Amino acid sequence: MSEIFQYIMSGLAVGSLYALVALGIALIYRSTRILNFAHGDITTAGTFFALTLMGFKLGYALSYFLAIIFGSVIAMAFYFAVLVPAQRRESTNLGQIILTLGFGLILQGLISYFGGTEPQSFPFPLSDSKTFNLGAVVVSELSLGTFAVGIIASLLFYLLVQKTRLGLAMRAVSENLQAAQTMSIPTRKILAFSWGLAALLGVIAGLFLAPALLLDPFFMLEPFLKGFAAAILGGLNSLPGAIVGGLILGVAESLAGGLVSIAFKNTLAFLIIILVLIFRPEGLLGKEFIERV
Amino acid sequence: MGVLLKISTIETLYYDRIYALHGLSLEVKEKEIFTVLGPNGAGKTTLLKTIAGLLKDQPNKGTIEFMGKSIHRLPPEHISRLGIVYVPEDRGLFRELTVKENLDLGCWGRRDKGVKDDYEFVYDLFPILKERSKQQAETLSGGQQQMLAMARAILCRPKLLMLDEPSLGLAPVIAHQVYDALLEISKAGTTILLVEQNAKMALRIADFGYIMETGRIVLEGTSKELQENEDVQELYLGVGGERVSPKGWRLYKKRRTW
Repeated sequence: MSEIFQYIMSGLAVGSLYALVALGIALIYRSTRILNFAHGDITTAGTFFALTLMGFKLGYALSYFLAIIFGSVIAMAFYFAVLVPAQRRESTNLGQIILTLGFGLILQGLISYFGGTEPQSFPFPLSDSKTFNLGAVVVSELSLGTFAVGIIASLLFYLLVQKTRLGLAMRAVSENLQAAQTMSIPTRKILAFSWGLAALLGVIAGLFLAPALLLDPFFMLEPFLKGFAAAILGGLNSLPGAIVGGLILGVAESLAGGLVSIAFKNTLAFLIIILVLIFRPEGLLGKEFIERV
Repeated sequence: MGVLLKISTIETLYYDRIYALHGLSLEVKEKEIFTVLGPNGAGKTTLLKTIAGLLKDQPNKGTIEFMGKSIHRLPPEHISRLGIVYVPEDRGLFRELTVKENLDLGCWGRRDKGVKDDYEFVYDLFPILKERSKQQAETLSGGQQQMLAMARAILCRPKLLMLDEPSLGLAPVIAHQVYDALLEISKAGTTILLVEQNAKMALRIADFGYIMETGRIVLEGTSKELQENEDVQELYLGVGGERVSPKGWRLYKKRRTW
């Protein structure tokens, strides 16, 4: 019995990171109808930046902080330098999605060149081997920190979107761009902010994933796909859905990997997604798009 | 009264070759209600969208001056910041947001003290919006949505309020309410440019009207002049009709004077 709780706990820790990745993907999709395939690579770039800074003996907090800023800046630069001109020339949504894919590949190349393709260990203040006993469940310091950060970041993000004026503008822009423009809301700046914010959430997830995995230019590929799946599971349009989807996915794969076989780690998780999408095509918390005729 | 908006010989094209506006010119003077009437496909909505800057790279030719500054081809955010607010035919509401949130977005970027007074003015005009302030905009009825769209536009403190068919899809009683509200708004000092199919209602409140057909202005005059014009009466107001045979068929198509 305690085994199950053990798996659930570690699943929640990983799931909270999937949730952060999923939030970034859902945020971009909601506001621009673009699936950001560069999300994982922006995250990797930020994480490598942190590693480089730590090489200069900059200290954990400062390196991580600058890495998060760096990731956001890359994302905003991509938005302004590539997507805005593309939109000005009336590129289709699909075309813009391909642009994100291309940008992701470019970043991957740059990271491989400057960071090297060798897997490197990522220094982190929280340790994987130091554990606490919560009742019968043993939790490592790292998973506890991961879970806490995932929940706090999601909560802050929720408050930003739901309770602030900036968040109100973000929701307005994502719902009706043209109306937002006629209300003299600076839509470009708001969208750029959304891109930056999505990358910020991604890099936070990357920083916590890197010590558990090993850091190489492709280490975000699997978490990115999981985050993507989690976003779809929760309903691509829904931000709370992304969080719920991430947690469910994390717990499901941890349970399947632990109780059945490690080979089924991904299988069961994606089976659940298939089932959910068959019975609720709009995702768990996604709203069906209702058009009043 | 000074000229607020001056449009000279603009041409707007769709897909680079379909002409929607054909060298159209018109003027809107301060603090009056101007209306543009015309049948479907005349280009009325295109005209408003061109002014609001919502059509990219349009107008193709011609100039639009607002308070002496040329504004054609500026981005829409910029134009609305200058004080031109456009209420589209579909009301352009944020449907998933509440009524209050919609209104709050109306006064985005305003920091002056008048916001509170404007809210009071709006709630006096449309008390229903105060009652429904926590409700999602998409759950409002059509008339309430139109009221919300207008209220939100007023909260922008526009110098020029452009409305696209505010009576569309509304019951006559509600449409009258909306039009009475427009008169109030105009009295409070806002210039209004109104596009309508319902000529009778529009001419009732307007000071000056333009008749538009196939992308051109074909007739202009004060509302009184237009109401008395024979062609306008027959084609837009539906009065007259003596030239109809006893069986109810019109024997010939009346030649328009324009």
